[in-house]
Amino acid sequence: MIGGLFIYNHKGEVLISRVYRDDIGSQAADSAVFSSSGPFLGERLGGSVRNAVDAFRVNVIHARQQVRSPVTNIARTSFFHVKRSNIWLAAVTKQNVNAAMVFEFLYKMCDVMAAYFGKISEENIKNNFVLIYELLDEILDFGYPQNSETGALKTFITQQGIKSQHQTKEEQSQITSQVTGQIGWRREGIKYRRNELFLDVLESVNLLMSPQGQVLSAHVSGRVVMKSYLSGMPECKFGMNDKIVIEKQGKGTADETSKSGKQSIAIDDCTFHQCVRLSKFDSERSISFIPPDGEFELMRYRTTKDIILPFRVIPLVREVGRTKLEVKVVIKSNFKPSLLAQKIEVRIPTPLNTSGVQVICMKGKAKYKASENAIVWKIKRMAGMKESQISAEIELLPTNDKKKWARPPISMNFEVPFAPSGLKVRYLKVFEPKLNYSDHDVIKWVRYIGRSGIYETRC
Amino acid sequence: MTDSKYFTTTKKGEIFELKAELNSDKKEKKKEAVKKVIASMTVGKDVSALFPDVVNCMQTDNLELKKLVYLYLMNYAKSQPDMAIMAVNTFVKDCEDPNPLIRALAVRTMGCIRVDKITEYLCEPLRKCLKDEDPYVRKTAAVCVAKLHDINAQLVEDQGFLDTLKDLISDSNPMVVANAVAALSEIAESHPSSNLLDLNPQSINKLLTALNECTEWGQIFILDCLANYTPKDDREAQSICERVTPRLSHANSAVVLSAVKVLMKFMEMLSKDLDYYGTLLKKLAPPLVTLLSAEPELQYVALRNINLIVQKRPEILKHEMKVFFVKYNDPIYVKLEKLDIMIRLASQANIAQVLAELKEYATEVDVDFVRKAVRAIGRCAIKVEQSAERCVSTLLDLIQTKVNYVVQEAIVVIKDIFRKYPNKYESVIATLCENLDSLDEPEARAAMIWIVGEYAERIDNADELLESFLEGFHDESTQVQLQLLTGIVKLFLKKPTETQELVQQVLSLATQDSDNPDLRDRGYIYWRLLSTDPVAAKEVVLAEKPLISEETDLIEPTLLDELICYIGTLASVYHKPPSAFVEGGRGVVHKSLPPRTASSESAESPETAPAGAPPGEQPDVIPAQGDLLGDLLNLDLGPPVSGPPLTTSSVQMGAVDLLGGGLDSLMGDEPEGIGGTNFVAPPTAAVPASLGAPIGSGLSDLFDLTSGVGTLSGSYVAPKAVWLPAMKAKGLEISGTFTRQVGSISMDLQLTNKALQVMTDFAIQFNRNSFGLAPAAPLQVHAPLSPNQTVEISLPLSTVGSVMKMEPLNNLQVAVKNNIDVFYFSTLYPLHILFVEDGKMDRQMFLATWKDIPNENEAQFQIRDCPLNAEAVSSKLQSSNIFTVAKRNVEGQDMLYQSLKLTNGIWVLAELRIQPGNPSCMLSLKCRAPEVSQHVYQAYETILKN
Repeated sequence: MIGGLFIYNHKGEVLISRVYRDDIGSQAADSAVFSSSGPFLGERLGGSVRNAVDAFRVNVIHARQQVRSPVTNIARTSFFHVKRSNIWLAAVTKQNVNAAMVFEFLYKMCDVMAAYFGKISEENIKNNFVLIYELLDEILDFGYPQNSETGALKTFITQQGIKSQHQTKEEQSQITSQVTGQIGWRREGIKYRRNELFLDVLESVNLLMSPQGQVLSAHVSGRVVMKSYLSGMPECKFGMNDKIVIEKQGKGTADETSKSGKQSIAIDDCTFHQCVRLSKFDSERSISFIPPDGEFELMRYRTTKDIILPFRVIPLVREVGRTKLEVKVVIKSNFKPSLLAQKIEVRIPTPLNTSGVQVICMKGKAKYKASENAIVWKIKRMAGMKESQISAEIELLPTNDKKKWARPPISMNFEVPFAPSGLKVRYLKVFEPKLNYSDHDVIKWVRYIGRSGIYETRC
Repeated sequence: MTDSKYFTTTKKGEIFELKAELNSDKKEKKKEAVKKVIASMTVGKDVSALFPDVVNCMQTDNLELKKLVYLYLMNYAKSQPDMAIMAVNTFVKDCEDPNPLIRALAVRTMGCIRVDKITEYLCEPLRKCLKDEDPYVRKTAAVCVAKLHDINAQLVEDQGFLDTLKDLISDSNPMVVANAVAALSEIAESHPSSNLLDLNPQSINKLLTALNECTEWGQIFILDCLANYTPKDDREAQSICERVTPRLSHANSAVVLSAVKVLMKFMEMLSKDLDYYGTLLKKLAPPLVTLLSAEPELQYVALRNINLIVQKRPEILKHEMKVFFVKYNDPIYVKLEKLDIMIRLASQANIAQVLAELKEYATEVDVDFVRKAVRAIGRCAIKVEQSAERCVSTLLDLIQTKVNYVVQEAIVVIKDIFRKYPNKYESVIATLCENLDSLDEPEARAAMIWIVGEYAERIDNADELLESFLEGFHDESTQVQLQLLTGIVKLFLKKPTETQELVQQVLSLATQDSDNPDLRDRGYIYWRLLSTDPVAAKEVVLAEKPLISEETDLIEPTLLDELICYIGTLASVYHKPPSAFVEGGRGVVHKSLPPRTASSESAESPETAPAGAPPGEQPDVIPAQGDLLGDLLNLDLGPPVSGPPLTTSSVQMGAVDLLGGGLDSLMGDEPEGIGGTNFVAPPTAAVPASLGAPIGSGLSDLFDLTSGVGTLSGSYVAPKAVWLPAMKAKGLEISGTFTRQVGSISMDLQLTNKALQVMTDFAIQFNRNSFGLAPAAPLQVHAPLSPNQTVEISLPLSTVGSVMKMEPLNNLQVAVKNNIDVFYFSTLYPLHILFVEDGKMDRQMFLATWKDIPNENEAQFQIRDCPLNAEAVSSKLQSSNIFTVAKRNVEGQDMLYQSLKLTNGIWVLAELRIQPGNPSCMLSLKCRAPEVSQHVYQAYETILKN
């Protein structure tokens, strides 16, 4: 299991160090002597663990080369790391641990810290180091991850810290049963005057298109994020236009589905928040759960069939001699004319030896950004079934560099008010038998946002 | 208030000041001081001198302060064991605290204080906590047992904690169960022999129930534990799989991967014929693809695992090539892994797409990635023969870019392509030679020299080229030097007249001026060879080289099976068994996949049971036949492998007798009549004159037995081809062909021992295949095969084995075992061995069937260069059991309507249009199973052209 967890700043100084197992500092790490141990590490104390700490700094943080792997083995000690802005989180082990679990844990650790004190920065970590130690003590025991739901943690690890005296016995046992219980993500006795829930269907549409307009790969990865302000322990059931469900129901009431004219979609795969009863989904394909309070990600899904590609990019690059490039890019919007796409940005890469660029565009603003080696064309809004064009002349410096310019793909960013996968929320039913509010009393909001993921056209 | 200020103090008298603050009366000040101490500790300052002062702060009801002190204790107790005892009382007291959070905190911390003396004080509180009324305390105590075991294993056993821990597996709280499972699994790892976890169907059931209820982490512990269990039969395996599959939809990737591990392992036990097996395969693909949309670090872990899964079960992801296409801003480690998987999934069907992608990647920025992409193009060429030409032209395009490292990498892979397809792409050598000057890496230089030496006779200025390398001989790396030496010797042997001086020069450089023993040795060997016997030298140096295979980069099967058991863990990321990177005895238990054990009512047994074999032997035989892995584990190939009732054909019986009865007796000129005469049974159809059988000689020439058999029948027999080169099978070379005579099929094998030791104990098995081919008798090699000896064997085949559709359809995977090892190879059998004798259809029937089969099932082929007339074609085909039903002459063209039937009852109808004077004829095939058409056409072609 995880032997220790360290947090470093960008200089490689240790901000947090928590050792769970002795083995990570054994002789093997000692033998890998790193002469350049940091200036403040002269002391002999805990020398072996220090060596593991240093090994990571020297071999990964200060490595000259770009990181080649998120898992590094130095002197039979394995280091897993993730980076958040310029903070490094490293988990260390000498055993054959479950690698996927270690990374999932590191991400979770980041989420928990973010939920407690916001952005993960050196400043924030130093300001909250006592809290972080307290959390690390709670969510990782002897290297085994324990309950790490912020909802539950916040009931007994608080920044005030001095709660223990004021807790009644009932409160205490309520905490422990929640932390260890089956519904570890929600506490009992939540009350709202207004029961309300928000569903956001957030999709990111990914595309890789050949210069000739052939779709090389396209998929939508979507998330359903739910924000719930519901009293009690509400039982929820979520329904969408999943092809398998619709077809199953369709057998009974064929005309109903055709009447409503709703298209169903084929979902390649989906994963759920741990509150969803997976065995029920597996057997009946129904999504039922008791939601955590506040915001959480209910499900993630992926579709590859019948994707609505909101934009089509048509590139035309022509090399005129050795010192000039002519680029013309047309974008076409492909959705209902009544809808508006926003925050459209087209990024056309330019060669490294570009000396000057002239741009003309029909709509929006376009600028050559030398520091980014790209022409950036921005359009605030664009309705469906429209078309716009940019043309640019790129002057090049003559070089004797033999290496050809790699022609990175043209990428696009946008936001559209629909789900490119075609997913529709059919219902979200709420039942709370113990309290006297019914499904009708709950105010529900649904919103669809489609964003560009990696939306690239090769040129 | 911010805490960051604690990090900043660096004054000299700091420790002294802290000491004063720690002993202050004010609670706030005390707490501040402890925080400062912890901050100093974190950045690596030695604050152990403050031990007594900090421990004094322990007696507090402030939970936050308590936790800080505990943290300090955990860090320093080991260096101050005597002082640590001071803390014991407080711990013991805290373990009785009414607040469960404090009880748990105390027991958790005590376990982390790794001081022997403390452990004895820990036992009592721990025992109480393991039975605490509060689940939070119990789950903490469960982990504490593992901690204590790590410090003092004997103590844990003596105190009976292991039994208490086992009881916790039946706890009502899922988290307690999960932690108990984790603790037990860890303890069990250090006692590989003890049956600590004692997994049985009842406890497994408990675990599966807890699986639905516990936290994501707990699910991982339980799944990892389940993976160590071996179900008693396939039914149990299936029922566990059914209950694990819902986990594939969990948002936590580690849960998904651990579930995949359980499924991959238990699938091993399921029969491939089961519907459920197919369902499971289908269910595995989407979650694996979904893992690729996780964060990059997890993607990396997932990709390393997918790499294993793809090697073990390529069918799972074979249609998912596109998701492994590299994205422009993937981190480099993700890119490199994706590339690896792309090559593994490359096949004839998707090669065009893959090549287009690879070409794109070869223009990227990252040097490693570009190199790997170029290398991948070469590997595709070697893997998918049909694409070789396209790959070579892509590589040539890349060479034209003149980017130095691209050119070098391309030359290295082109060398490999030459080794796979000799004498095919030499036209590109000229282009390669143009780039000679730009090569500065040893591997590329060595590759280029190899090419020049190998094809010296076709390169006019080969001597000049090699000479140019010779100038800086001593500055070259060893591999270039060795290659240059061999290259020049090759050149000399090919063009002796002009290159004498050159060879002298290189030999003296290698033998006299070099201090590398390898180089000197090779130099001397060449020198002596050349000076004593140039003909022998030629035979040695210019000997035909074995072709390289596409599987050089595959993980060795036993290691692969072991790694499958470690899916999700570090071992699967490193692709190394844990023993390679874990110290000591921990986690080094060798794991292996479970063998397939069918439950008693296994559906497949009745029809495949050996006719006369005792029923007890069934389980041994059947699974082994079903899959290659089974073979590995069930090597006892003693009993006859498959048992069609051997009554269908007397000839087959004869063959069995002949081989079984011992060739020795036959050699002794004793006419063991029965077998022999059976062989001479008259061929069913008119035999063309050329195939007139050497009937009389059937027995006289024993070693010609197999070929004799071949000529007896009308069916065309292809010449023997090498199926398993000696290189790949530790010296055993197998070549062979298939024959069909008078209703029975046999596989004619020629086994040659090219090793230095005697081979014995031969046995053979087939993997399931499209037409259920299976050996009808065991492989009998009459005597041990001594080195350099060759033996010919005719193995009778039946078509009643189990069926699985193969790709291509006529692919046959064979495992051959001898005393040395088990070897696997696959071969394609010609379809016409499956054409049965009663394949002639009635005319009316033919007409009706032809109309009945939908037109989209019709396939048309052109047979070129077949200058035979209708009569000759008809009789030639008839001898291979393709029967002419009717003949017509339409507008000067001869139309032959023919029918044939396959062993599995599939009818194929054909219309053959022959134009007199035109060497090509048109073949239209209609069949209800259109996928066989292609192969039938190939059979037509082989029969007609030979």
